[in-house]
Amino acid sequence: MSPSYFGYNLPVIHVSRLRKVYETGVVALDGVDLDVREGEIFGVLGQSGAGKSTLLRCVNLLERPTSGTVTVAGQELTSLDLAALRRARQRIGMIHQHFALLSSRTVAGNVAFPLEVAGVPRRERATRVAELLDVVGLDGKASSYPAQLSGGQKQRVGIARALAAHPKVLLSDEATSALDPGTTQSILALLKRLNAELGLTILLITHEMHVIKAVCDSVAIMREGKVAEAGRVADLIATPGSLLTREIFPLPEPAPPGSVTVTFAGQAGEPVMSSLVRRFDVDVDILGGSLEDVGGVPSGRLRIRIDGGKRAEALDYLRERGLVREHGPEPVDARQPEPETGAETVAEEAR
Amino acid sequence: MSADDLLPALLQATGETAQMVFWSALLTLLLGLPLGVLLVATDRGGLVPAPAVKAVLGGVVNVGRSLPFIVLMVAILPFTRLVTGTTIGTVAAIVPLTLGAVPFYARLVETALRGVERAVVEAAQAMGASRVRVVARVLLPEALPGLVAGLTVTVVALIGYSAMAGAIGGGGLGDLAIRYGYQRFDTTVMIITVVLLVVVVQLVQSLGDLVARRLSHR
Repeated sequence: MSPSYFGYNLPVIHVSRLRKVYETGVVALDGVDLDVREGEIFGVLGQSGAGKSTLLRCVNLLERPTSGTVTVAGQELTSLDLAALRRARQRIGMIHQHFALLSSRTVAGNVAFPLEVAGVPRRERATRVAELLDVVGLDGKASSYPAQLSGGQKQRVGIARALAAHPKVLLSDEATSALDPGTTQSILALLKRLNAELGLTILLITHEMHVIKAVCDSVAIMREGKVAEAGRVADLIATPGSLLTREIFPLPEPAPPGSVTVTFAGQAGEPVMSSLVRRFDVDVDILGGSLEDVGGVPSGRLRIRIDGGKRAEALDYLRERGLVREHGPEPVDARQPEPETGAETVAEEAR
Repeated sequence: MSADDLLPALLQATGETAQMVFWSALLTLLLGLPLGVLLVATDRGGLVPAPAVKAVLGGVVNVGRSLPFIVLMVAILPFTRLVTGTTIGTVAAIVPLTLGAVPFYARLVETALRGVERAVVEAAQAMGASRVRVVARVLLPEALPGLVAGLTVTVVALIGYSAMAGAIGGGGLGDLAIRYGYQRFDTTVMIITVVLLVVVVQLVQSLGDLVARRLSHR
């Protein structure tokens, strides 16, 4: 599936038909297309082995793709020679799951490293390092060694280092996976803040849904080396039967007979359930549900059963409001016999 | 040996040992360090993958490592003469000592460099660092405590080898112990040289440990 976007920003990272086959014959990437627009936080979600890590490492060419192209900030990296690639890499920050800090250098020394690579004079380096440590909330730790820091502090050093050379793009390789929940939240909040304040485009990979929910504007779900679904988080949540809604709001499968699953993202203002009961004279039973705050929008998936009265009209009412996305098999309720030929009118869209 | 002769003889022998060990250790460092870096860099997945080069270097190192020092020393006598113009004396001893220690130290360097986290090297590459910079600014500084520890072990081994070098006229404490302590049954000389060697080795090891610890920030 090729991702489609409704936004107006140009892609700052463009990955086209990327394939990576290892010497062992393992196909890590099997034709991946990806577009990350400027200024967004794009999350790639997948289990380990889905290829997301290979994908990220292909974006700055730490890993050479077997075929396909990678373009970052208008520059096709896959066509550059080594010297040009090194210069391009200076504009792409990266943070790592296990921080990858130099243990022999102080915090300030670590943050200064990319500036040395970029040939920034000593005096300017010192100024910039102090500035960066302030941005990530580590002033006072400049002369500490990484071994003396907590995990969260180490990742802050990693972030400061990644930002040092004013990159347009930040790549995050499971940056919070080695951190405890509280620290994860503070690091995610920092990334979100940098995204907002600096207009930094962030491409992150994670196996944790809560990272997507907390900070991502767009998401690609990877399975077996392919992008199974991609788009804006808000759009996907409002898309019938999308993988994302099923993963964010898990409900027991299969849905019981006669049940209807209502998905909503941010709709409020109308008391839907009580209108249903009043207007259509039906009984509404809540079978299960899952509610989350997704990027600040209250969203959820609710499985209900509607019995009696004008059930069909009630379902139409829900559909008209774009609330019903999925429904269970035909009801086998004795009070509400339905013909087995499929008189159920909820003609649902693809799952 | 009379007490009057003993002190000057000991001083001279200690000086010769120090001279042999110092120069051969310095040369070992200068030759073994790049060799160790090459062993790591030419690896598959290394900075400059070159499996053929790696195989040749590894083979040469293994040959050097598999020869007992006393055999190596005798076997390369023509080479020693070529380099120094002689096969006896302290200077001549430095050649086999260096050749014996370089492969040994190169392997220790290799091990120390492999101890550097791969992610750290990749992080530097992701920042656009060149291979030379990765070696000079990442690999070597990160492995420094291990490199110092390896050099300490090498120096201790060189002190041992230098005693054998004494057997071909290299002089030094080992030579003194063999000529007086063994061949002339002078137990006093034997005991003193043994004690002296033990003390020197202890000092070298302690100093090496101290420096390695100071350098480590893990």
